[in-house]
Amino acid sequence: MAQIAAPLSRQAVLAAELPRYSARRLTNNIASLILLALTVLSVLFLVLIVGFVLVRGISTIFPTVDGHLTFNTDYFTQSGAAPGQTNADGTPYAGGVLNGIIGTLEMLAFGAILAVPIGLGTAIYLSEYSVGQLGEIVRFVVNLLAGLPSVLVGLFIWALLIHGINGDGSGILGYSGLAGGLSLAIIIIPIVASSVESILMLVPSELREAGYALGLPKWRVILRIVLPTVGGGVATGILLSLARAAGETAPLILTVGGANQFVNTDLLQPMSAMTLQIYNYATSAFKTQQDQAWGNALVLVALIAMFSAAVRLITSRKQYDN
Amino acid sequence: MTTNLSSVAAMNVGTAPTVTNKGATLSVRHLNVYYNKTTLVVGDVSMDFEPNTITALIGPSGCGKSTLIRTFNRMHETLRGARAEGEVLLDGENIYAPSADPVRIRRRVGMVFQKPNPFPSMSIYDNVIAGLKLNGVRQSRAEYDVIVENCLRQAALWDEVKNKLKDSGGSLSGGQMQRLCIARALAVEPEIILLDEPCSALDPIATLKIEELLQQLVEKYTIIMVTHNMQQASRASEKTAFLMADEKRVGHLIEYALTSDIFTRPKDRRTEDYISGRFG
Repeated sequence: MAQIAAPLSRQAVLAAELPRYSARRLTNNIASLILLALTVLSVLFLVLIVGFVLVRGISTIFPTVDGHLTFNTDYFTQSGAAPGQTNADGTPYAGGVLNGIIGTLEMLAFGAILAVPIGLGTAIYLSEYSVGQLGEIVRFVVNLLAGLPSVLVGLFIWALLIHGINGDGSGILGYSGLAGGLSLAIIIIPIVASSVESILMLVPSELREAGYALGLPKWRVILRIVLPTVGGGVATGILLSLARAAGETAPLILTVGGANQFVNTDLLQPMSAMTLQIYNYATSAFKTQQDQAWGNALVLVALIAMFSAAVRLITSRKQYDN
Repeated sequence: MTTNLSSVAAMNVGTAPTVTNKGATLSVRHLNVYYNKTTLVVGDVSMDFEPNTITALIGPSGCGKSTLIRTFNRMHETLRGARAEGEVLLDGENIYAPSADPVRIRRRVGMVFQKPNPFPSMSIYDNVIAGLKLNGVRQSRAEYDVIVENCLRQAALWDEVKNKLKDSGGSLSGGQMQRLCIARALAVEPEIILLDEPCSALDPIATLKIEELLQQLVEKYTIIMVTHNMQQASRASEKTAFLMADEKRVGHLIEYALTSDIFTRPKDRRTEDYISGRFG
């Protein structure tokens, strides 16, 4: 064994480290400053977007008339104004976006009713039943679907149901709420499936075994023990998928057509949607319509904020305590 | 031990348990347990568990004692690919017969796990009756009340939780949770209770409480307990089975006798080495 050099005294070590220590502290400070700057930058974009939407949207929904802040009731109760329609004082009449709100809510509800059970079922199958390769393949496809650009979903529905597979416009559907709702459903399914599956995987197998040990059949263990244990997480996954679908535009352009100017609740007819109105009105020649694009943007942001708030409420109330 | 026992008995004063069942006999015949098609983990075990007796399964880590106990209520096969060959006779009825229904068997053979696992989505009250309620046994509120009190008293937990039955099962201490899990297992009136290292996650005081409780429960149930704690086996069990893995890592039953014999005059050299702390 080689002779080990006599160890330096503790004071000597500390003294030797001193210059290096201040350099290290400087590097550390610079690094945290850079990270802070990057964080500020990313938050800045969000603040700018929301701020812009707030300022422009509020002036649409809460316009200032004769120096008083008012609430634009027509915005939520009327559909689009006819060209050339004027107010009593001769100024152009803006109308409202009720047609878009109803269209969005109806297509979203239709899509959700169709997609949530399918997504939930897929999630339960993947987490509780799937074995080996088949499960892996299904999981891969689901994740692929969840990441698919939504315009492709619209294109698919358009080609399959509207344009027709022969490519001659012989599809079984016209531009309609039904086609739009179907495309939203296809967007919702994989998001629900993959988010709920990852939540179900969090349930420890000991809880399932505890259920089996009481003589419960598997489906009851899933329904009464596994799902309630992560009920908040499941609801969160569903709500987030709905929030995402509510903000989709591209698939609706291809399936619902141009925004219907009138309130329509018939799913077989063309509809409007808030996102379609944003798309159509933002570049409109009329100032009133441009304003409505921003108004809709605000309502959508508020809707998504409400979804997030609901998610917060659910998860804070029911958290799985390991 | 005796003085501790009387303190548990004192808690039960005035509530003569209504359950009149007796523990069942469990006979194991040439049981081979596999993790998948080919990996044998427990080889050729044959033994009889006597009714209303506490039997401890001991042995070094990896000897297959937990695997073995999980075959007694067909829990083992809930792992993918896992299976067992041979016979396990519950009061003479082979639970591995093709016609046997694992779900029904698990109602007759209850199980308590290593880690306390009350259902976090349910209250203490609902945890106790989970096995009945979720199995569709419809009872009136009053009947459920009686069952809950009975089971919690049998599990020596009633006095600690009687004022907070609506609280979540997750609000209890580890030892209380484990007794809640025992109460939950008792509610479906099993004939045998399997315990897989029930105290390994508990502190010594909670452990003693569970051991005392087992002395009470054995009057009505057959109890089979896996433990890695030899003191626990010697304190709490009447009979002890020693298992050990061979060089191919297949667990075998080495010796099975009265606990007092196993710990004072073991017949097999390997048993003696293990209990005297020479390995494991």
